[in-house]
Amino acid sequence: MNETSKSHSLHLGLIAVLALSYFVLPAYHSGNLASVMVIAIYAMGYNLLFGYTGLLSLGHALFFSAGLYGLGLVMHLANWTPLPAFAAGLIAALVVSAVIGFLILRTTGVAFMIVTLMFAQAGYLTILYFGKYTRGDEGFALKQASRQIAGYDLTDPGVRYFCALLLFSVTLLGLAYIIRAPFGRTLIAIRENEERARMLGYNVTAIKLKAVILSGVVSGASGATYALLFGYAGATFATVQYSIFPLLWVLVGGAGTTVGPFIGALFMFYLIDYASGKTEAYLLVVGVTLVLVTLFLPHGIVGTIRTRFLRWLP
Amino acid sequence: MSKLIKPTPTLTRRTLLGTAAAAAATPLLGRYAQAQSSEPIRIGFQVHRTGIGASYGRWYDRTTTAAVKRINDMGGINGRPVEIVAEDDGTDPKRGAEVVEKFATQHNCDIGFGTLFSHVVYGSAPRAGELKLPYFVVSEGHHVASGALNRWTMQPGITDVKSQVQAMAPFVANNLGKKVTMIYPDFAFGHDHRDYFSEAIEKQGGEVVAKIAIPPSETSFTKYFPKIPRDTEVIYHVMIGPAVLTFVKEMGEFFGPSKPEIFGFLDSLEAVDINSPGLEFLEGTYFWEGNPRYAQADQSSHDKMYREAVGVDENGASVSDAKDVSTYSHMFGCWETLNIIKRGMEAADYKGTDDRSNLIEAIEEMSDMPLSDDHPQGAKRFNGKTHQTFGHQYISKVDSGKLVLAHTSSIEDTLYEDEVDYTTQSF
Repeated sequence: MNETSKSHSLHLGLIAVLALSYFVLPAYHSGNLASVMVIAIYAMGYNLLFGYTGLLSLGHALFFSAGLYGLGLVMHLANWTPLPAFAAGLIAALVVSAVIGFLILRTTGVAFMIVTLMFAQAGYLTILYFGKYTRGDEGFALKQASRQIAGYDLTDPGVRYFCALLLFSVTLLGLAYIIRAPFGRTLIAIRENEERARMLGYNVTAIKLKAVILSGVVSGASGATYALLFGYAGATFATVQYSIFPLLWVLVGGAGTTVGPFIGALFMFYLIDYASGKTEAYLLVVGVTLVLVTLFLPHGIVGTIRTRFLRWLP
Repeated sequence: MSKLIKPTPTLTRRTLLGTAAAAAATPLLGRYAQAQSSEPIRIGFQVHRTGIGASYGRWYDRTTTAAVKRINDMGGINGRPVEIVAEDDGTDPKRGAEVVEKFATQHNCDIGFGTLFSHVVYGSAPRAGELKLPYFVVSEGHHVASGALNRWTMQPGITDVKSQVQAMAPFVANNLGKKVTMIYPDFAFGHDHRDYFSEAIEKQGGEVVAKIAIPPSETSFTKYFPKIPRDTEVIYHVMIGPAVLTFVKEMGEFFGPSKPEIFGFLDSLEAVDINSPGLEFLEGTYFWEGNPRYAQADQSSHDKMYREAVGVDENGASVSDAKDVSTYSHMFGCWETLNIIKRGMEAADYKGTDDRSNLIEAIEEMSDMPLSDDHPQGAKRFNGKTHQTFGHQYISKVDSGKLVLAHTSSIEDTLYEDEVDYTTQSF
């Protein structure tokens, strides 16, 4: 079996395991998995820019929120149905990431991180400013009755789970394909040596802009999916905290790996969930664990497995 | 994290040795035995242990523990002990929804309870509705009464911000002045105050002469004070968060001794000692209080009992640490909500999760609740259609470093038109 076949097997195997998990796991854990799959989409979007292109953004909550509010506002204020609203969420993320990408790519390194952080903060304050429509920090709930597609109730545990799985699978397979395609290879070339890629004739800025847009749209898709499946949109999702989360998930899971973002999100969810059930000082446990992961698994969980054992891991 | 707050045995070994004491104890033992033979009623307590709500969460936790202990000491609910299953939501709406899911599908809780911050309520309530988990919030947000949530979500133990703000307008207009400048944080909480108070003061013949919104990230306020019109008679402030100390200090430096009347919401200073350095300027100003922090001269026996049970001294601080100031204006909501849940479960003859909808209907039937040990903050009037309770509001004046009660609003002052009828929604 060559590397491509192994890679396909891994991705399809993961999807199959997740599909089977719904029928095996208790209700609580299958509900958690639905949530983890949705945020893993966000992490995968982030990973495209950070893990594969080498651009460390501290403002991805802006893109997540663009999708969240793009869907949420048209459903809440204009009574749009979920599918057109989902398209609105994607378009909102596309527009925001294109505009922001055009501006932030004039910077590099630390300046890039700071500028992305500032734009995200500006986005957060914009949501608060238009509180009449967004309800600011409180946010708003989407009515249960409105969250249906073709007669399928998205609030039903099974429908929600497989809807999350569908979007997760499309994103995983889509990004895995892109990474192996020439465009993805170019992103990795830019990450490894931007000047060399430029000397080889690539329009690095244009390619990075495409990466920002693609990363932003995937992150926005995650935000729109969250609002749709869990019925809430609020400014908390635009705070710095929600820009740091995907960085954490990707670092823990393995930057520049296709399944690392999912593993990282899953690990972090259960670390918090388990530790908070054992001690009130669970944040200390989480912090110590992250320090240990950083010390002993410097490439993240999947990244370290790839480095030490399975070189073929995508 | 789960903790079973067991009924406290009122009998010591020594008294049990005495025949008379043993005879007296017989009915108690019977009740205790019955409670122990039953499965506990599990109440999922969504607590803000970390995040921006942590100072509130600590006191909500203590109040809940005290209320459940009292309920269990009285024999539990329908002869069953009450068990609190507490989970930290990090004051985060996403984690809040996950915690609600955990209550319903992992801990097998009968109900969810105790959420304070509005954004966590908004994030969690849809999930509670989907899981058909009765969800009792103690938030004072207008979210429940506005119709934004669902039939499974109720706020029976604490009044909402709309009724609180509305009830302040008559006192402000008649005693402090009719030209008001509002200073408020530029997010939903501040906007609620701005909108509801502006409307209410106009009905009293007053007007808001300036509305000064402070961005949430602001750390210094001196540039905002020159925007206060000179003809301002009253400043209405609702700043919250750690910057409030700076806000008050800088306001004092700006006005000096010739200040206008000042009225604020104690939300600004919950868990903060009113005598903290920098707050001297508040002397002589007025505050809304949900429940008077300082034990008043005419303190009711109910407040005395509640204060002792929760462990709060006459100054509103912990009996074990005078610097640990309580969130007295809000935490009574946990106490009262739990007593309402008890009464609702008894009225519904609640036996298990199949009776959840009966519990909701039983509470929807409730209306007037008199001042009592169950309701130490004051009488309440619950509206079953809007799932929201209404009650007295208090206005206190800072006098010699203490909050002294100056006015008690009527329940009628707090009422407004129904905005929803949840009873028309199916389960």
